[in-house]
Amino acid sequence: MDIHPGRLAFVARTAKRYNGRSPHRFWRASLSAIAFPTPDPAILARRDAIVAGLARLVPPECLVTKEDERRAFETDALTAYRRVPLAVVLPRNTAEVAAVLAFCHGEGVKVIPRGAGTSLSGGAIPQEDAVVIGVSKMNRILNVDYANRTALVEAGVTNLSISDAVMPDGFFYAPDPSSQLACTIAGNIGMNSGGAHCLKYGVTTNNILGVKMVLIDGTVVDIGGQALDPAGLDLLGLIVGSEGQLGIVTEATVRILRLAEGARPVLFGFDSSEAAGECVAAIIGAGIVPVAMEFMDKPAIEICEAFAKAGYPLDVEAMLIVEVEGSDVEMEIQLARIVEIAKRYGVKVVKESRSAMETALIWKGRKSAFGATGRVADYICMDGTVPTGQLPYVLKRTGEIVAGYDLRVANVFHAGDGNMHPLILYNVNDPHEQAKAEAAGNDILRLCVDAGGCLTGEHGVGIEKRDLMRHQFSDVDLAQQMRVRAVFDRQWLLNPAKVFPLDGREAA
Amino acid sequence: MTLAPTNEAQAADFIRGARVARQTLTFEGGGTRTGFGRPMQTDGTLSTRLMTGITLHEPAELVISARAGTPVAELEAALDAKGQMLPFEPMDHRAIYGGLGEPTVGGIVACAASGPRRIQAGAARDLLLGVRLVNGEGEVVKSGGRVMKNVTGLDLVKLNCGAHGTLALITEATFKVLPKVERTVTLVIEGLDDQQAMRAMTAALGSPFSVSGAAHLPAGVGAGSARTLLRLEHFRDSIDYRAGELTKLLMPFGRAGRIEESGSRDLWRCVRDVTFFAEPYDDAIWRVSVAPTHGPAVVAALRQAQLPFRYFFDWGGGLVWLACAMHDDAGAQAIRAAVGGDGHATLIRGSEDLRARVDVFQPLDPALMKITSAIKASFDPDRILNPGRMYAGV
Repeated sequence: MDIHPGRLAFVARTAKRYNGRSPHRFWRASLSAIAFPTPDPAILARRDAIVAGLARLVPPECLVTKEDERRAFETDALTAYRRVPLAVVLPRNTAEVAAVLAFCHGEGVKVIPRGAGTSLSGGAIPQEDAVVIGVSKMNRILNVDYANRTALVEAGVTNLSISDAVMPDGFFYAPDPSSQLACTIAGNIGMNSGGAHCLKYGVTTNNILGVKMVLIDGTVVDIGGQALDPAGLDLLGLIVGSEGQLGIVTEATVRILRLAEGARPVLFGFDSSEAAGECVAAIIGAGIVPVAMEFMDKPAIEICEAFAKAGYPLDVEAMLIVEVEGSDVEMEIQLARIVEIAKRYGVKVVKESRSAMETALIWKGRKSAFGATGRVADYICMDGTVPTGQLPYVLKRTGEIVAGYDLRVANVFHAGDGNMHPLILYNVNDPHEQAKAEAAGNDILRLCVDAGGCLTGEHGVGIEKRDLMRHQFSDVDLAQQMRVRAVFDRQWLLNPAKVFPLDGREAA
Repeated sequence: MTLAPTNEAQAADFIRGARVARQTLTFEGGGTRTGFGRPMQTDGTLSTRLMTGITLHEPAELVISARAGTPVAELEAALDAKGQMLPFEPMDHRAIYGGLGEPTVGGIVACAASGPRRIQAGAARDLLLGVRLVNGEGEVVKSGGRVMKNVTGLDLVKLNCGAHGTLALITEATFKVLPKVERTVTLVIEGLDDQQAMRAMTAALGSPFSVSGAAHLPAGVGAGSARTLLRLEHFRDSIDYRAGELTKLLMPFGRAGRIEESGSRDLWRCVRDVTFFAEPYDDAIWRVSVAPTHGPAVVAALRQAQLPFRYFFDWGGGLVWLACAMHDDAGAQAIRAAVGGDGHATLIRGSEDLRARVDVFQPLDPALMKITSAIKASFDPDRILNPGRMYAGV
């Protein structure tokens, strides 16, 4: 059975990138296009008393107070921005999370929930007057229930460890973000993470049935469970993707699915990105929904091939990886249909995987895209989603926008659902280039919204896209969202500087 | 008083007007589900029947949008013409309510009317990409959009799916759609008891063959002997292979027969719409949602409680439909005791009197009830929209 073994090998190698610690080679950006709120001097002045209060709630090994140790939590995968938090608590269980939150609530101290710190949108970046609550010590799989096809896990388990635990029995957990070796279910729930295979299997919100969550005042609530629909309002749907602003999730009931009999990718090389984009739309239009449909342009192909030696064609302008699942016969039939369509769009190279080894290599190349790009340049990764019919246009405009800023871009993304990831390459040691890269990124995200899409498909708004929210939403839309947010956190203590523009919050 | 706005702006005007006049409103689409929820006494009705039409259909993007009053039949016909379908197989409640109207797009969203395919293709909320709403202040609010992946801002889409119009009026909805089923086959095993059937369904759902329906009809429900149904829907070419493999897998439970195409479709329509319990009309109908393996235990516990009832299972055992006489509390207490903590029971059909006396929706834990009330207030501060439809005071 050749099921995505490539996923495992690659991530091990690039895990370091995501370990939540500062890569010290990076220049500490003082220039900040994205604003942080001014730290509350009253909280800073009470730091010692707050730390002493926390020390009464958790044992010393769960509390990080020394500055050099706190610095390890100053940023996430959006490394251009960093703030050292007041303190870091790493609770061992729900009761400790509840005690810490109740304390912070009572003291009026802001709280930054943190999983593994792999957020690309700055969702876990702290602020100086806030306490980070990390769930990394809560990393047990509590129960696997094959009959009901669910697993009960603590929120700090890594995404991949769930699949690892159930794969010997032929099951897997479907959402598969590139950072899956490191990222936690807590973070996946916060950002409603996706991955390459969610074209068929859906994103996090479609694969979670229940959570145990601690509210800001320390109240513990159980929402959902093993049943397939909610009692009352769909609060679970609201919580998934809420970016740690409604509470801290400590346990989750996730769906596990039976692996297909087999999976096989095919590579297509095209002479133009437009032709590749049209081929994507034609495959879906023909009534075929592959498991995954990934796009790479020439710069991305070159970077990934140099790193992974995956056998990607280097003489094409764009490449698609299309994966189908099923029995051998079923895969043959589907691939034949797909190849037929690709031919109509002038496909130049067709390369079907013929072995588990080839399949692993093909996915290794794709999944190492971010890591491999990081070896050749600094980059910011956009995450806008557009209607698939708009892909050719948006790709063309993206190239023009980035060229207009005198920068380079590599495109690698989930084409089947229109979720684009332009990687804008720049030099982080050059403040002028960083500003240009951010400006180009903002232009691209506005383009995505204008083309009928949205700012973020799977990375979340975080701080990165916060100030663009008014381009997608009216003030009325945002005010309604903020009123719902306030139901859970009236004082804006939970991850407060994220998602919503800093101005205009009072109006809600 | 019945208001029938022709567009969203007018609907917003009407709701603002109602708020100023301190009038409460009942929302209505095609009127096929008026028996769903707690009885309400409101000052007026706002009907979406004139807010109709498909506003977007991009077959190559697997997406369709329609105004709330659009008949589901119109949506399905448009999809069918392009070889597509609504994946979540929305339940049509007319069989059990005996209504004459047309189910609408707004109705299936408000009621989160997911059918048998929920186990494989997802629920209504999973396929709902975006909504446009009018809240209780008469403001037009949009959430989500038309793309498959979207985590921009709080997800008010799912929050409004299944909120029964208690938060806002849904004016337009956008769905992800899928290619139409090319062929359908149902494997049938006869004569299993509930536990055996649950194990057979569990084996099938834990197989790699993409089972898209798993129901158990005990003896007397639709036929003289018990039938366990397992549906396969896929590409024409792969059905025979999958059916063969699944038949082998199910051998320990008995020899599986096959029902093809229209026979399969008709059978699953009855499962979806609970047609088996349509009559007698004075029976109460309950919908119980639990962990799939817990379904038979709920039924066993009810037998202990000496409550005469009929039942069948969908969703591999996770959805239990119950019918019982409407006297006393129509089994409310016994059913909720049998369900226990990890699951819920909803009274789907009952007289107004019964629905006023018993909790129609599962009573919530106090902390969750508090959140529910506060969310209601955040959308509808004066409680004018479908007040009390789900919970008293909400």
